[in-house]
Amino acid sequence: MSDTDMTDTGIAPVKRPARWHILVFLAPAFLVYTAVMILPLIETLRLSLFNMVEGQLAFVGLDNFVRLFSDPRLSADFWNALKNNTIFFIIHMLVQNPVGIAIAAMLSISGLRFAAFYRSAIFVPTLLSFVIVGFIWKLILSPIWGIAPTMMDWVGLKWAFAPWLGKPETALITVSLISVWQYIGIPMMLIYAALLNIPEEVLEAAECDGITGWSQFWKIKLPLILPSIGIVSVLTFVGNFNAFDLIYSVQGALAGPNGATDILGTLLYRTFFGFQNQMGDRSMGATIAAVMFIIILAGVSLYLFVIQRRMRRYQF
Amino acid sequence: MSKARSAPLRTALIHLALISYTLVALFPVFLTLVNSFKNRNAIFREPMSLPGPSTFSLIGYETVIAQGDFLGYFQNSLIVTVVSIALVLLFGAMAAFALSEYRFRGNTLLGLYLALGIMIPIRLGTVAILQGMVAAGLVNTLTSLILVYTAQGLPLAIFILSEFMRTVSDDLKNAGRIDGLSEYSIFFRLVLPLVRPAMATVAVFTMIPIWNDLWFPLILAPGEETKTVTLGAQMFIGQFVTNWNAVLSALSLAILPVMVLYVIFSRQLIRGITSGAVK
Repeated sequence: MSDTDMTDTGIAPVKRPARWHILVFLAPAFLVYTAVMILPLIETLRLSLFNMVEGQLAFVGLDNFVRLFSDPRLSADFWNALKNNTIFFIIHMLVQNPVGIAIAAMLSISGLRFAAFYRSAIFVPTLLSFVIVGFIWKLILSPIWGIAPTMMDWVGLKWAFAPWLGKPETALITVSLISVWQYIGIPMMLIYAALLNIPEEVLEAAECDGITGWSQFWKIKLPLILPSIGIVSVLTFVGNFNAFDLIYSVQGALAGPNGATDILGTLLYRTFFGFQNQMGDRSMGATIAAVMFIIILAGVSLYLFVIQRRMRRYQF
Repeated sequence: MSKARSAPLRTALIHLALISYTLVALFPVFLTLVNSFKNRNAIFREPMSLPGPSTFSLIGYETVIAQGDFLGYFQNSLIVTVVSIALVLLFGAMAAFALSEYRFRGNTLLGLYLALGIMIPIRLGTVAILQGMVAAGLVNTLTSLILVYTAQGLPLAIFILSEFMRTVSDDLKNAGRIDGLSEYSIFFRLVLPLVRPAMATVAVFTMIPIWNDLWFPLILAPGEETKTVTLGAQMFIGQFVTNWNAVLSALSLAILPVMVLYVIFSRQLIRGITSGAVK
């Protein structure tokens, strides 16, 4: 067993005993990952090009996609889900990430007391399952229990209360905000970590130049944590366009009222499995999954090849 | 840092903001736990007050224990989560070691291939995963869930662990080789103990999504025998939607294990994130 020579030189020796141990180390992870993740993903993409023709599974090219985008019933559902999903994502970007950054900025002020307590407490919702989160909020916002109206009454806002989850105009925003409540811990933690990594000397130099407090955050810290904000954004994007559980547990598979909270994940579930009087359709399910794959891939590529490359990174 | 910078008013405002958000974060959880110990009347009449002698009741928990097989669900969740984490850590560490230690043709390519899964969610392959599981006769078994979660956890695990393994000193490994240790012993006896902190971080990151997942239990293992806590709670709530005592108690029972784990692992989790394991 002498692998040392070539790890040092970098030039593979001409003749050496077969290094079976590399294979042994790699095989389990490679096999499980390939068999359970990559192959099904490829198979799903392949299935999206097939459909039942006269009771036989046959290659139909891009027909499924054409149907998804233009068939009156299917396409209405699809465009609705895509629109809702986009709004879902925008609300996360506008609320979750800025609030997360603000909390992280406050937590990272050195010498702040109870910072560890705040940090742990604010992270709690992120650990809870969607089922719990969905139901708690459903109960709180329910007009029957009256927690939300009572609390709004304390501040004189009782008139503003409405069964938000039940009204088509407000349901999507409400569900998005519940999701923001749950996930705020992730931007908070990642940005917090990034802020802690800013060297003390940089901040001291800024102080010498008279840049403190508010303007220090905008002028010094924010530019330095931009790469982390980029990562948080791409994670939000992937998570949002793949979301399902929260909507399913708050509004059910139909994503009511009247499809107002339907996103791609719930549409995929209903199309693939069928729901109530709708039959499950494997090919259409695969087609929707393929569209989601393309959307996520486009988002990730945009981040990796455009945004990340333009971002300036600072080495300390 | 300098005390002059922290004006008292500003500090007070910051505390006020953080306390407010902490309340927003914890209030729903508090509300659920408190009301699960009250009788039905008190839940509706005084939802915000603590259970007193006249309002204390365990009726909700009694219903949950009598009606749902929560013990069984816990057991299923526990088996799935523990076995998946063990496999992710073992297979992930082995692959990470091979990628970071040896030079061989296709090393970089393989690393990229294994990293794909960090960004592309496994859920998109569900249609074919279900097909495969049906063909293999694994539907409604915990094995199907374990396989899926192992595959789902591996990419991030390999990525984080190989970063850490690069920091293990070469001299140590070479000394082991000179002493005649096989590559397997070098991995299991020298390297693994050294990356234990990173393994704990990976374990925590892997655990949360597995324990909380609803999608795969719903699709691959919805049978009564294989229900996980998350799915069990979801279905129980669906059935007992008007029995608020039971619903609140079921929710509290589902929160409990996560909270216990968080208290145990929170330092590890926060250290993992802040030490840059996920950057």
